[in-house]
Amino acid sequence: MTFAVVVFPGSNCDHDSYYAVEHVLGQRATFVWHKETSLAGADVVILPGGFSHGDYLRTGAIARFSPIMKTVADFAAAGGPVLGICNGFQILLECGLLPGAMLRNRDVQFHCETVGVRVEQTNTPFTASAKAGSVLRLPIAHGEGNYYAPPETLAELERTDRVVFRYANAFGETTDAANPNGALDNIAGICSEARNVVGLMPHPERACESVLGSADGLVIFESVVASMAARGTVGALSR
Amino acid sequence: MSTTTTIDAAVLERHGITRDEYARIVELMGREPNLTELGLFSVVWSEHCSYKSSRVHLKTLPTEGARVLQGPGENAGAVDIGGGLAAVFKIESHNHPSFIEPYQGAATGVGGIIRDIFTMGARPIALLDALRFGSLEEPRTRRILKGVVSGIGGYGNSIGIPTVGGEVMFDESYSGNPLVNVFCLGIAKHDAIVKGQASGVGNPVYYVGAKTGRDGIHGATMASAEFDDKSAEKRPAVQVGDPFMEKLLLEACLEVMATDACVGVQDMGAAGLTCSTSETGSRGGVGVEIDVALVPQRESGMTPYEIMLSESQERMLLIVKRGRERDVERVFEKWDLHAVKIGEVMANDRLCVKQNGRVVADVPNRALTDEAPVYHRPMRPPAGREALQQMPASARRSPMSPADTWLTLLGSPTVASKRWIYRQYDYMVRTNTIALAGLGAGVVRVKGTERALAMSVDGNGRYTALDPRAGARLAVAEAARNVACAGALPIGATNCLNFGNPERPEIMWQFAEAVAGIGEACRALDVPITGGNVSLYNETDGRAILPTPIIGVVGVIEHASRVLTRTFRGAGHDIVLLGENRDELGGSEFLKAIHSLVRGVPPALDLARERALQRLLVDLAEQGVLESAHDCSDGGLAVTIAECCFDTGAIGADVALAAVRCDDADADSVVATLFGESASRVIVSVMPERLQAVLDAARRAGVPATRLGRTGGRTIKMAVDGTTVIETSVGEAEARWSSALASWFEGQVA
Repeated sequence: MTFAVVVFPGSNCDHDSYYAVEHVLGQRATFVWHKETSLAGADVVILPGGFSHGDYLRTGAIARFSPIMKTVADFAAAGGPVLGICNGFQILLECGLLPGAMLRNRDVQFHCETVGVRVEQTNTPFTASAKAGSVLRLPIAHGEGNYYAPPETLAELERTDRVVFRYANAFGETTDAANPNGALDNIAGICSEARNVVGLMPHPERACESVLGSADGLVIFESVVASMAARGTVGALSR
Repeated sequence: MSTTTTIDAAVLERHGITRDEYARIVELMGREPNLTELGLFSVVWSEHCSYKSSRVHLKTLPTEGARVLQGPGENAGAVDIGGGLAAVFKIESHNHPSFIEPYQGAATGVGGIIRDIFTMGARPIALLDALRFGSLEEPRTRRILKGVVSGIGGYGNSIGIPTVGGEVMFDESYSGNPLVNVFCLGIAKHDAIVKGQASGVGNPVYYVGAKTGRDGIHGATMASAEFDDKSAEKRPAVQVGDPFMEKLLLEACLEVMATDACVGVQDMGAAGLTCSTSETGSRGGVGVEIDVALVPQRESGMTPYEIMLSESQERMLLIVKRGRERDVERVFEKWDLHAVKIGEVMANDRLCVKQNGRVVADVPNRALTDEAPVYHRPMRPPAGREALQQMPASARRSPMSPADTWLTLLGSPTVASKRWIYRQYDYMVRTNTIALAGLGAGVVRVKGTERALAMSVDGNGRYTALDPRAGARLAVAEAARNVACAGALPIGATNCLNFGNPERPEIMWQFAEAVAGIGEACRALDVPITGGNVSLYNETDGRAILPTPIIGVVGVIEHASRVLTRTFRGAGHDIVLLGENRDELGGSEFLKAIHSLVRGVPPALDLARERALQRLLVDLAEQGVLESAHDCSDGGLAVTIAECCFDTGAIGADVALAAVRCDDADADSVVATLFGESASRVIVSVMPERLQAVLDAARRAGVPATRLGRTGGRTIKMAVDGTTVIETSVGEAEARWSSALASWFEGQVA
């Protein structure tokens, strides 16, 4: 299976996603430059973390105009699994593949730490192998991860079970103390209506080896491998 | 400025050029310089760029060793880490800009040192910072600290290089002159290291990166003068950083360097185009000719003088192989960057600057670089030094109980957890960070190998103030010891020497003594100096900072899985002190935090013993027999043991210090036993079944080793001679330690 890791000029977690897929997961990873228009037959798309175009205006605001994003949107529309991590999540929000927006963290500071993330939904390609309600230890590293959506959007997300991850303490409680950035309802990640596009602020690619402090993020990559194999759609979606 | 301005005393003063220096310029040129040429000399001959006061002393440092691939003189040093790979690293200061404009000053400090590393063809993978601030009680200090921390994070986080460690100390002397020293380390293959040399007559000289503006003109000259109440007016001399631009530059340069289309690369840092052109030419023994009209400019109407002296950030100079121009241009086009041919390498020894074909400056390269003045400045030990080294007897006592004294120390900003700071730094990006920030030395694995690199920056200005030579030796020892505590063999060092005005004989004496101390310790511990930076004139309104040599040491550990951190790892492990507990309170955090005193003699350091201790730690780590290791420094044994309990989920400790009690059987020696800062001490923890092996290994190595007690429970308990002097829950102690720094900032909007 091939994962396309999209590289924007300011991506800085592209190598980390590549490494997790290629060297830990044992699958194939390829870098796809943002000026390109082809995903070269990839089965999964990762929009990695970073500062896509410097993000002086708004995180991800310029990245949605990169040529590759039209191809990514087509890939998503055809049901292809797309994972947006951190800045990748912000880009998915900016280009409308996921609803809502990011505000600055409530204490207006950048936060880098390992937090608890509760798995809310397992019927997405990126959480299929995870246990519902389990708490993953995942790093966060962002200044704008304070998820916001208008009340009607939020209600719709809840009604359709599209909140995929929430910040939680070790006991799985979604307390305010466990919320590192002020995100509404402790939301750490959501999925699209068709459930194949998932965005999250935490960095699963940084938590794939115990030597780095946690291997809890690996299940997200394993999930997509398992669900694609089960669907039998490997190699069928991208061009 | 017009080039026809007459050069008079006022012009010279504005350029920081003395009359003697001007006479030398005229002699080297064989004529009077024009104003542009004077500008070139003023920046390259500034203290910051020329090291004119420090050079004679720096020459005495050990710079060679079996592992040294590149010593001082290039953009950064390099040491062999095995497997055909090199660690390329350096530390640099950005003190003056960080005082004037904390966010941009610190941010561009990070940007500058990163450029030094990738200029060498290395991929930067780790940053560390040594920071010094005044008292947090001053609102100005809090504002500076907040700005510096967000500036470091703002740049490092964006560009995607993790800040994996560092240290912070507080003292009133830094109030009007904070220190921001940034260390960066990169990895390169031996044969891929690129130098800042021009060669090959006719080869084109390329300008790449951001456009040139009027920012930072005379930044190097500013960094070579003291501060006064007019300093705020110098704000335009602080540059503005653009980490996104530097990220593009980094990727593009590494991509170009991988093609072998370049013969030399030089960062445009201090003194911008002037330094980069004259240094590449003089190192390569060739001439360089450029036309400033070809330089991409951000503002209109810039004069050659302004273009040559601008310190706009994120720019590089490339010497490209003739015929390979398109290969280079194609890469920069991909990254949407300017790559403009502005001149070429000449078969002479001159720096020739033209504007639209007309010569506006023509100077012998070596006159700027190698012929820069060298000063043997007068030196004199400061008066009152003996008095400073006397410690009043009352200072050896605490007005509080040992337990309350200990809690006070845990809450002192220098000792307290720096989590509020490092949480604002991305310390994990690139997925190499093994020892997380705050756990000791910064440790990153080297992907594609089994190895990891440990690095630490250290320097205690109080010790250096009391005895510069001893303080500098202790700084080297502590940085190397921290690296050894991670299980890594120290293999190389870099230094950043922060001192006051060298024109004062007392300051120059401090500097010379400190450099001598660094040399002694680096020789004994086998960590050659591969480069670094000197920052002088760290004074405000005539008051100098504590003399602060910061030493960065890099070590290599063969198996990344064996890295040790400071934290206890379970209950029932034996706690062992390696080293000797002596009655040494001079310059200690105890004196500072409890009595507001910087007095006494710094702890004695036996370099042979220090070396034996470090080698023992590396051996024990390699054998995998230790559970944790933590250097014993600020706050002494009692603070160190507490720190081993923190960040563990409340693993306690029960220790009896009778065996390591300092000699005198009076109440004072309890204070010295708990809080003394003897050098060459490490607290390790070990499984009971391995205790004997560790004690035996220590005995063979000639390192004193004493079992103090055991880990476990949820209480930290310490007894001296059978009397329990400290008994506090880990939770209470840790709350004090972890909230102390944050409490100064919480509730405020950044």
